[in-house]
Amino acid sequence: MATVLQPKDYASDQEVRWCPGCGDYAILKAVHKTLADLGASREKTVFVSGIGCSSRFPYYMSTYGFHTIHGRAPAIATGIKLANPELDVWVVTGDGDGLSIGGNHTLHALRRNVDINIILFNNEIYGLTKGQYSPTSRRGTRSPSTPQGSIDNPVSACQFALGAGARFVARAVDTAQPHLVQVLRRAHEHRGASFVEVFQNCVVFNDGVFDNFTAKEVAPEAQLHLEHGLPLLFGKDRSRGLRLKPGRFELEAVTVGPNGVSLDDILVHDERNRALAMLLAGLEPPQFPVALGVLYCDSGPCYDRDLYEQIQAAGPRREDLNALIRQGRTWSVAP
Amino acid sequence: MATSAVSRPREVRDSVVIRFAGDSGDGMQVTGAQFTVETALAGNDLTTFPDFPAEIRAPAGTTFGVSAFQIHFGAQEILTPGDEVDVLVAMNPAALKVNLGDLRAGGLIVADTGAFTERNLQKAGYSSDPLDLEGDALARYQVLKLDITRHTLEAVKPFGLGQKDALRCRNMWALGLLLWMYGRDRQATREAIEKKFARRPEIAQANIACLNAGHAFGETAELGSDITGFAVPRAPVQPGTYRTINGTDAIAFGLVTGVHKAGLGKLVFAGYPITPASALLHAMANLKQYGVVTFQAEDEIAAICAVIGASFAGALGVTSSSGPGVALKTEALGLAIAAELPLVLVNSQRAGPSTGMPTKTEQSDLFQAVYGRNSDAPLAVLAAATPADAFECAVEAVRIAVTYMTPVILLSDGFLANAAEPWLLPDIEAIPAFPVRHHTDPQGFYPYMRDPKTLARVWAVPGTPGLEHRIGGIERSYETGHISYDPDNHQRMTDVRAAKVAGIANSIPEQQVAHGPARGRLAVVGWGSTYGPIHSAVRQAREAGLEVSHIHVRWLNPFPGNLGELLRQFDRVLVPEMNKGQLVTMLRSTYLVPAEGLNKVTGKPFKSAEILEAIRARMEG
Repeated sequence: MATVLQPKDYASDQEVRWCPGCGDYAILKAVHKTLADLGASREKTVFVSGIGCSSRFPYYMSTYGFHTIHGRAPAIATGIKLANPELDVWVVTGDGDGLSIGGNHTLHALRRNVDINIILFNNEIYGLTKGQYSPTSRRGTRSPSTPQGSIDNPVSACQFALGAGARFVARAVDTAQPHLVQVLRRAHEHRGASFVEVFQNCVVFNDGVFDNFTAKEVAPEAQLHLEHGLPLLFGKDRSRGLRLKPGRFELEAVTVGPNGVSLDDILVHDERNRALAMLLAGLEPPQFPVALGVLYCDSGPCYDRDLYEQIQAAGPRREDLNALIRQGRTWSVAP
Repeated sequence: MATSAVSRPREVRDSVVIRFAGDSGDGMQVTGAQFTVETALAGNDLTTFPDFPAEIRAPAGTTFGVSAFQIHFGAQEILTPGDEVDVLVAMNPAALKVNLGDLRAGGLIVADTGAFTERNLQKAGYSSDPLDLEGDALARYQVLKLDITRHTLEAVKPFGLGQKDALRCRNMWALGLLLWMYGRDRQATREAIEKKFARRPEIAQANIACLNAGHAFGETAELGSDITGFAVPRAPVQPGTYRTINGTDAIAFGLVTGVHKAGLGKLVFAGYPITPASALLHAMANLKQYGVVTFQAEDEIAAICAVIGASFAGALGVTSSSGPGVALKTEALGLAIAAELPLVLVNSQRAGPSTGMPTKTEQSDLFQAVYGRNSDAPLAVLAAATPADAFECAVEAVRIAVTYMTPVILLSDGFLANAAEPWLLPDIEAIPAFPVRHHTDPQGFYPYMRDPKTLARVWAVPGTPGLEHRIGGIERSYETGHISYDPDNHQRMTDVRAAKVAGIANSIPEQQVAHGPARGRLAVVGWGSTYGPIHSAVRQAREAGLEVSHIHVRWLNPFPGNLGELLRQFDRVLVPEMNKGQLVTMLRSTYLVPAEGLNKVTGKPFKSAEILEAIRARMEG
């Protein structure tokens, strides 16, 4: 009888070297718990990472792992999956690794819908290289390379993923477990590329950057927890909600009750609606809460599965290479 | 072969070079390919070289739209596409303009006068008609002016084709004439036409009618007293079964064969379109039933990264590109070296730097292959010498990759990729196997445990119970495989990576001499596709009594163990290369021999005459 694995069974024997207080510890813990809940096979599970603090992740797992090069984990993960589609492949990346140098590979892995789970640790900074701003940093971020504040506009990881054609897009906050575990579990369940953005706090170089929606005092008003089929309500007593501004394709946050706003006016979350997901992904405080949970989930054709179907359709496996090289026109010269 | 009522005796020729040239819409590649088949069936040895235009569809009739196909065939061993052209078939003025310079004095021009209209002359940049024999333009040559256009339209009249389809048959008329001229059969061509146009029988019949009409014209028309038919006798070749093959297909077959010999079930091939390497991606995409998974990646870097992942997962990863794409793959190669994963990278070299001349050949990526990474990052390098040789080289590349757990770069070039030659078909079963085993035993396992003989680490793949481990690009401990910044350890790991690649020399044959004795006054040393011209030049030099030998290097890193000693048996060493001096530099630095370069960087292969001249100059001095 197989032993039931506990979360600690998914941890390697290596001493974890992230800074004390780093959000990565919480994510690591959530992943251990998720795999334990799934009864995941350690020998069939592979964690692939790029370069960055996030990317040290595989060393702390007792599964197979490959710590690769900056930005390229989705491409390497794709190759692993194509070589052995039976493997359970996870990609751990960050906002720099996955959206700066790696943006192209992230885009194509999502577009192709390769059956891998991508966890992007978004701390809106480059931690490992000591604090430069990243493609998700807010405009005006002061950093060693931008002493007067950054002047480029950030990209939204989830809008990028949706734009790339991702079929599963979700968000969570690093320390909010069990929610993170639930999200990771749904990501794993989804057959195809799953994209999870985790807001992760970098305690040394960008501490508190998400406080405007994660701090205890503001969280209820500033976070919208999505549940498919349930109304988009938030706030301390769930008295606030989102609806379409009358006559416009634009969301507005309203209070249910006053001014004739009833529960019926509030939009109901539909995980299969990409346009809605795009709007939700763009919500920012202070005007709007940050949307968390599964923004979008709508399975579609999956690259690795389709590839192997094509190989099957090409015909039975052949081993006779002598016949292969003799196809076409040959001629013989007698002795 | 039908003989006419009044058949004139055919002059015997030892070897001939024909270049078919026309607008890219004129079907010159098809014409050349069919002439090649008929020539192979006639028993001649041959080498071909297609010369594609750089543009996809240049304006019709312009000089940059000219497409050509050259075939050198003969009654003896044919090693090059031919230094000089004997017969130029010019289907329009632009084809004549572009190719005339390569025609030898006294050579024959077969020109379609029907295409030498004022408009076409203008587009080709002629101010007057060069075919007007009152002028001097073509005084040095024999000129056969034929209104192939009119003859074609006549021949296809019964088939009711539109003007455009009718004119497309001109190439078959020209082919028919040339097949008659050199005494080739037409049966294989007829069959090929029928197969190609199976769905449009009227087009098939029209083409065949033109083929026959061109042939009949040769037989019956008075072409001129000095234009007769020729006979090119069979070449003495090794008995066996042959097919023609180009470098691309040879490499595809070799890769599949290598994986089969390794006992691996799967080859994962990823590439990105790039001239002249795209053809290999296409060839592999059609081998699904042979355990090949192909993936057109989003860019060059993704392609190599995907196959690194595939190798990590236990398949053989293979990627292919040309110079600029290999440049992009550099960092990933470093990862494969550090992680000690098997990988084959095929580089079909082209003229550079940067975009360079994508459709022109060169061999200037040797330094890149051997040295081109940050840090001390050695990998194995080998180079194919001829299209058929590329098959063996590909098998060997796979063997080295999986036996030594290392990336291997196989160097080819644009010429080899496209040129074809007859290939004596090997018996695949007779090729020695080199079975590789994925590690399965958890006892004492750590991912960097090594085979004491090869220094290769074990290949432990995901999915194997009890062997769960993590690898990466950061330096790792020799003893445990975990991340290590220890100074002595880095030295040790650097040394073992170097020793592993150097040790490949223990499993490769000693360097042989391709032609001539193993000592003498001069060794001409080459690598890659200079094989043909060097061999031809050295053969001619030896026939003239010169003490010169030809040494051709396949394994470029590491070199065969005896190469230095072999070079020291010669007074002088000459290294012809299509680059500014790369092998010559490596030989000088590795062996301290005063080797001299003969360097040509024009986008065109060496002519054997150029090398012969250089040999004479050094022998006389």
